[in-house]
Amino acid sequence: MPESASRPEAKPEARPMIEIRSVTRSYGPFKALDDANLTIREGEFFSLLGPSGCGKTTLLRMIAGFDNPTTGSIHIDGQAMDGIPANRRPTNMVFQSYAIFPHLNVEQNVAYGLKRQKLGASEEKRLVEEALGQVSLSGLGKRGATELSGGQRQRVALARALVMRPKVLLLDEPLSALDKKLREQMQVELRRLQQAVGITFILVTHDQYEALALSDRIAVMFGGKIAQVSSPKEIYQRPVNRQVADFVGGMNFMKGEVVEVNGSAITLDTAGFGRVRTDKPAGFAANGHATLGIRPERLRVLWDDAKASHEVAGKVVERHYFGEITQLVVEVPGFEKPLSVTETNNFGADDLPVGAQIRLAYDPDALVAMAD
Amino acid sequence: MKRLLSHWLPAYAFLYIVFLYLPVMFLPIFSVNASHVPKFPLTGFTWKWYEELPRTPALLDAAWNSLMVGVTAAILSTILGICAARAITRYRFRGRTAASGLIMAPLVLPEIILAVSLLIVMLSLGLKLSLFTVVLGHVLICIPYSVTVLNAGFEGFDRSLEEASADLGETSFGTFRRVTLPMVAPAIISSLLVSFTISLDEFIMAFFLAGTDATLPVYIWGQLRFAAKLPSVLALGTLLLVGSFILLTIAEMLRRRAERRVHGVATHA
Repeated sequence: MPESASRPEAKPEARPMIEIRSVTRSYGPFKALDDANLTIREGEFFSLLGPSGCGKTTLLRMIAGFDNPTTGSIHIDGQAMDGIPANRRPTNMVFQSYAIFPHLNVEQNVAYGLKRQKLGASEEKRLVEEALGQVSLSGLGKRGATELSGGQRQRVALARALVMRPKVLLLDEPLSALDKKLREQMQVELRRLQQAVGITFILVTHDQYEALALSDRIAVMFGGKIAQVSSPKEIYQRPVNRQVADFVGGMNFMKGEVVEVNGSAITLDTAGFGRVRTDKPAGFAANGHATLGIRPERLRVLWDDAKASHEVAGKVVERHYFGEITQLVVEVPGFEKPLSVTETNNFGADDLPVGAQIRLAYDPDALVAMAD
Repeated sequence: MKRLLSHWLPAYAFLYIVFLYLPVMFLPIFSVNASHVPKFPLTGFTWKWYEELPRTPALLDAAWNSLMVGVTAAILSTILGICAARAITRYRFRGRTAASGLIMAPLVLPEIILAVSLLIVMLSLGLKLSLFTVVLGHVLICIPYSVTVLNAGFEGFDRSLEEASADLGETSFGTFRRVTLPMVAPAIISSLLVSFTISLDEFIMAFFLAGTDATLPVYIWGQLRFAAKLPSVLALGTLLLVGSFILLTIAEMLRRRAERRVHGVATHA
């Protein structure tokens, strides 16, 4: 997934909008969320990424006020949310099921929350029109809720939440019910919308590409714990452990013996790549072992006489064609497991026969050390 | 065999329906017959039995009693039914199946046994027999119908709709008024109509528990002793029949609408 060049990092000096302080949510002996600490900044597009059951939805529902922490506290815009019910929180939610009121039309759905604010008919109408415009639904105001397509229902849910001008917009897997094309289109629109309105967005998703493409920062969660909080690039290129690396994309893993830990650098001995010096993973406890990894697309096939400063040679044992790319499985002497390599189909990787002897170039900077 | 069946099945169905509904059809026919005696051949058309009805004070009292009992029983059984249906469709709790079984039990218990037991309980509690005791009896037998109708309306009601309402700033009461109630209103009205109709036609409970105030069916039972009164009883019976039929038809239409409203969206998604 290429980095979008136009993504401005949320300014580090932006003030905290959401603070999760030592929040635990237990159901009997089971901890759905275990001592989570997190700060989400104003104006940030933040994603909670993880497999189902990792606690991401529990955390989102506690921010919204549908659930309460067993211990710990949640602050929104500097205010403790203890005991404040959902209807008095400055957050609005786009539900996974969209939760469009079926007995109301599009306009009435969008105006639902405004009704309580007693703005007057003309002001209310203006805001509803504006919100419908933002989600490209102008002119569909009179449409009944049951006559909408999945994509339209999603837009109504968005407009209904945005019209409230929340400090934080919460999105609970909003794109999971849409088909692939529509999902990709809505991703672009969501990102554009967030930049236009400047509201803090918190997205819950299990789709790593969605999180990488949309977010300023991502929290990757497993089993009720937050494993890593970083920018998409950092998460993808410098995962802190094997689990994170595995969840956000393909990775070739190999065992490493720790030779030396020196400040922020670590030196490992591996069977395949030999002695490697790289960044020390965050929170690494020196126990003699670490995992070294390299993403499949960071291995490059060397054609003909091309030379590279770092290369390994091996034999193609499998080839999988995916249209724009080909995945090769290459057996390299000295490595415990064959290496997975993805190569764009510009140079004929799709024509490499199984059994071919090839050479692979790699950049030592692409090697990443991780906790096991 | 198959051929035989396909030939005779329609005939059987026809006979069955005739046997079931012909006696009922005699009711309106004899109610406009000029003779006192309900038998063929008919002697002439008349509205006089109907015209007599509003001139009978005892009948008017009974009609008023039935109306009061019916309305009260319908409201009570619907309120209790809402609580039960909400609990059954929303929560998974211990004894849920047993509870819904017990609620439905009056449907299959012999009504006369129920009535006698209630009579004993009420007398031993020192309650004076009155229309109030009839209402209690009727609530008991109306609740299964209420719960059935309301379950259909509440089933599949997406919980996130209420959460969405709270999320948009609405209070619990506001959410109930603006989301929950409109969604289930057709089912509630349907439950009211069904309970009212059942209470209106109910005889055994009313007979045992009414004391001195008769409801319409009890009044009709009393009138059957006088041969001369038979035609006006038939006229009254016809009115009850038509009224019940209309109310139940409306109730069924509303029940279907409630089901569509709640399930319509789910099927689209």
